[in-house]
Amino acid sequence: METYTFLRAFADSWMLLVLFLFFVGVVFWAFRPGSKSTHDDTANIPFRHEDKPATSKEARQ
Amino acid sequence: MLNYIKLIALGLITLFAMIAASYARDLAYQVHAILIMAISAGLFLWTLRNTDEPVPAAVLETSYMDGVIRYGVVATAFWGVVGFLAGTFIAFQLAFPGLNFDWSEGYANFGRLRPLHTSAVIFAFGGNALIATSFYVVQRTSAARLWGGNTAWFVFWGYNLFIVLAATGYLLGATQSKEYAEPEWYIDLWLTVVWLAYLAVFLGTIIKRKEPHIYVANWFFLSFIVTVAMLHVFNNLSIPVSIFGSKSVQVFAGVQDAMVQWWYGHNAVGFFLTAGFLGMMYYFIPKQAERPVFSYKLSIIHFWALIFLYIWAGPHHLHYTALPDWASTLGMVFSIVLWMPSWGGMINGLMTLSGAWDKLRTDPVIRMMVISLGFYGMSTFEGPMMSIRAVNSLSHYTDWTIGHVHSGALGWNGMITFGALYFLVPKLWNRQRLYSLSMVSWHFWLATIGIILYAASMWVTGIMEGLMWREVDANGFLVNSFADTVSAKFPMYVVRALGGVMYLAGALIMCYNLWMTVKRSPAKDAVASSAAVAAE
Repeated sequence: METYTFLRAFADSWMLLVLFLFFVGVVFWAFRPGSKSTHDDTANIPFRHEDKPATSKEARQ
Repeated sequence: MLNYIKLIALGLITLFAMIAASYARDLAYQVHAILIMAISAGLFLWTLRNTDEPVPAAVLETSYMDGVIRYGVVATAFWGVVGFLAGTFIAFQLAFPGLNFDWSEGYANFGRLRPLHTSAVIFAFGGNALIATSFYVVQRTSAARLWGGNTAWFVFWGYNLFIVLAATGYLLGATQSKEYAEPEWYIDLWLTVVWLAYLAVFLGTIIKRKEPHIYVANWFFLSFIVTVAMLHVFNNLSIPVSIFGSKSVQVFAGVQDAMVQWWYGHNAVGFFLTAGFLGMMYYFIPKQAERPVFSYKLSIIHFWALIFLYIWAGPHHLHYTALPDWASTLGMVFSIVLWMPSWGGMINGLMTLSGAWDKLRTDPVIRMMVISLGFYGMSTFEGPMMSIRAVNSLSHYTDWTIGHVHSGALGWNGMITFGALYFLVPKLWNRQRLYSLSMVSWHFWLATIGIILYAASMWVTGIMEGLMWREVDANGFLVNSFADTVSAKFPMYVVRALGGVMYLAGALIMCYNLWMTVKRSPAKDAVASSAAVAAE
């Protein structure tokens, strides 16, 4: 099989499936149970270190 | 030691630029060689004077690197005015061809000024805004100083040198004729170097962050930087005819070249003008509204859906061409699916204001940010519609496309940038507030009415032109000549140019207001702010 036909067939079958499943995985990951507190914490990042960087003591792991 | 290496490198560059200037095969290349010679010779002298001087104390990691952002803010405002002025002038050139003066023929006629306008607004105004805001946002949301020390300064000056080389090149005729990728080979190589340095600074700051999570704005900025690097390299694969000339030949040919160009072109819209500016949106709207983004979950899905879909949408620029039907159908389908993430993101931004809608009455800055989302929603509705093959057969090659681009660029990119500038200037220059809020209101209304005049006149003239082109009489002959459409468009061209004048006037008011904020507005009380920090 020539390269073009191979890549074309690969792209609209397996690669499409992989990308689609990755995306579905992202959606489930975002909505997983218990993610709310993490997301609330992350959404508040802009309101924490306005004026200067965090010191090593303040750094959150 | 580092200074000696710098001196050797700058000396060699100066020498090579001298040789290149003397062997130059065309005017643009010669001017650029002289420019680079002067800059590198100046840097050589500057480095020489600082060599073997006492080394200044190492910068402590206890403050953010804001100097380069202040320069970026000034450059954004400056290039914005330059780009809007160029656009307004060429709008008048289209209405009144006499403005293509005989004495400036070959330098300042429409064909030479048009790429100057597009690159000035997209890359100079938009690019400087993106670099400045991304440096601001990534530091605040990572709680860490910019990585790489003076590399950030190299990114700023290097990027602006790229803009000067590109703009002077257009006027002198150096272009590879690819829309939004006109600069010739050596300018492309320079931009690649600068862009990789930008990526290093941004990624380095994210890696040394003090927050466990990467805030969503940084995801958008990072995808913008990475994707633009990839697009830029592939679309500019070319072989120079001579190392002493600006002309180069593209590696791809025919329909492959066209497809690579519009894969680049549409993703310049998708990642430069959308993902990057969404990064701004996800930081500045929550900050100005003083509340976190409406749904962080939605922002994650927004991000992945947007980048997974946009990358395929390019072929819709090539309907009814030599491009295979399956490819243009694919581009059309993905463009239509893009409706969902675009509107999801717009709703996420707008709903951030829920419970704070009263701020729209009192705060013209947030009004500016909200209307930018409104225009984002409008142009991301219009775009997928125009990508449908049947609609495209009417809209393609007409002024409708120009109107669509401007409702996105002036409305979404322009307004969100103005909002960010109004937010940033008091913070960066340590001022309590803006000089005048009523001037912000003036700017808001001038810009909004200007865009409406622009978009409405281009709808009328675009659809009229498309209908006139396809009109046939009973015997199947075309009714109108091309010149008939040109003369029919005259009134709309005047209205469009007036819209441009209003938008430019608004930007000038903004520049005055920001200048006076730095000069006149009362400084933030240092004692009060340090007391507030201690109380936290």
